[in-house]
Amino acid sequence: MKFVYYLFFTFCFWNCANKTKSSTPPIAEDTQELLEVNKSKIDAIKIYSFNQFKSLLEKENDTTYVINFWATWCKPCVEELPAFEKLHAEIGSKKMKVILVSLDFPSEVNKQLIPFIRERNLQPEVIVLNDPDTNSWIPKIDKKWTGAIPATLFYNNNKRAFYEESFDYKKLHSVLKNFEL
Amino acid sequence: MKTFHKLTILTFLAIGISAFTVISNFTSTDNGYKIGDVATDFKLKNIDDKWVSLADYKDAKGFIVVFTCNHCPFSVAYEDRLIALDKKYKSKGYPVIALNPNNPEKYPSDNFENMKIRAQEKGFTFPYLVDEGQKIFPQYGATKTPHVYILEKTTRGNIVKYIGTIDNNYQDADKADKHYVENAVDALLSGSKIPLSETKAIGCSIKV
Repeated sequence: MKFVYYLFFTFCFWNCANKTKSSTPPIAEDTQELLEVNKSKIDAIKIYSFNQFKSLLEKENDTTYVINFWATWCKPCVEELPAFEKLHAEIGSKKMKVILVSLDFPSEVNKQLIPFIRERNLQPEVIVLNDPDTNSWIPKIDKKWTGAIPATLFYNNNKRAFYEESFDYKKLHSVLKNFEL
Repeated sequence: MKTFHKLTILTFLAIGISAFTVISNFTSTDNGYKIGDVATDFKLKNIDDKWVSLADYKDAKGFIVVFTCNHCPFSVAYEDRLIALDKKYKSKGYPVIALNPNNPEKYPSDNFENMKIRAQEKGFTFPYLVDEGQKIFPQYGATKTPHVYILEKTTRGNIVKYIGTIDNNYQDADKADKHYVENAVDALLSGSKIPLSETKAIGCSIKV
């Protein structure tokens, strides 16, 4: 009896292995390249402590930074992502950068965050901020921030604005008008 | 013509009401309690289907009121610490009272049934109340979960003594070296000054 099972499993395994082999479609060279670019982008997700992250809040150049604090488990954050994706897609020649700062726990980066970015093909840069001593850094991002997410910081050399609220595309634009963008 | 007038009035009324709603949405949290304010009592349904008010606690010296919920990873990370706080301070006169302020329609995992399940699983030793109609959290000014308010019972009412987070490490209780809530309650119990009466932490925004 055991032998029959063994045979059956061997057959199944052999069959499946063969199938996967033969059913993999040939990948065009450019697609392969694209996949690799995306893969390296995802593999390169950096986990920052606040001290490492701080320099992103103090850039002195002619770029306007849109820094959104979010997490994959945060429903209103995920709901507003399309607005930030659209903003990113339409940057063109404008001097603007969209950065999505994920507050997903480091233990969830491989399980949740990376699959989320892959499935969605999320284009703006994603970084992870992990600094459990939140009381020490939240006020440094903005004094008014209570710590609730979503929250978004806009800044350039001349202006700074912080919102502990949800955005849609229209609202993003009305804020960016003040930044002459 | 009359219908037209009625319609116009109705339209203006609608605009007026929606404008008011928008304004109240924006201001609801700004008007929350500051340290020293008198906090409102409430009568809210507990997971055992009984109603709970702060006034029921005749012998309490104060309360550790915490806005929390099921779905938020930060809330979940602090569940065991809330149980520990309740065990440590209930007998000393500062019980933990947990309120779930979320809209169960937006977050089914935060509905009453799931609150019961979660409390059972974790063995909550404290009441876990539904902020029915989301009326209490805006008065306190809670913006997220978890969000703690420590109240001291006085003849003037329950005075807000501390607002913020539980400690300085949401990921690992053992690595926390600043225990804000414990320090505040210890100070209240010994009649000394609270070392830090307001702290900030990341949390899940409360959904209206």
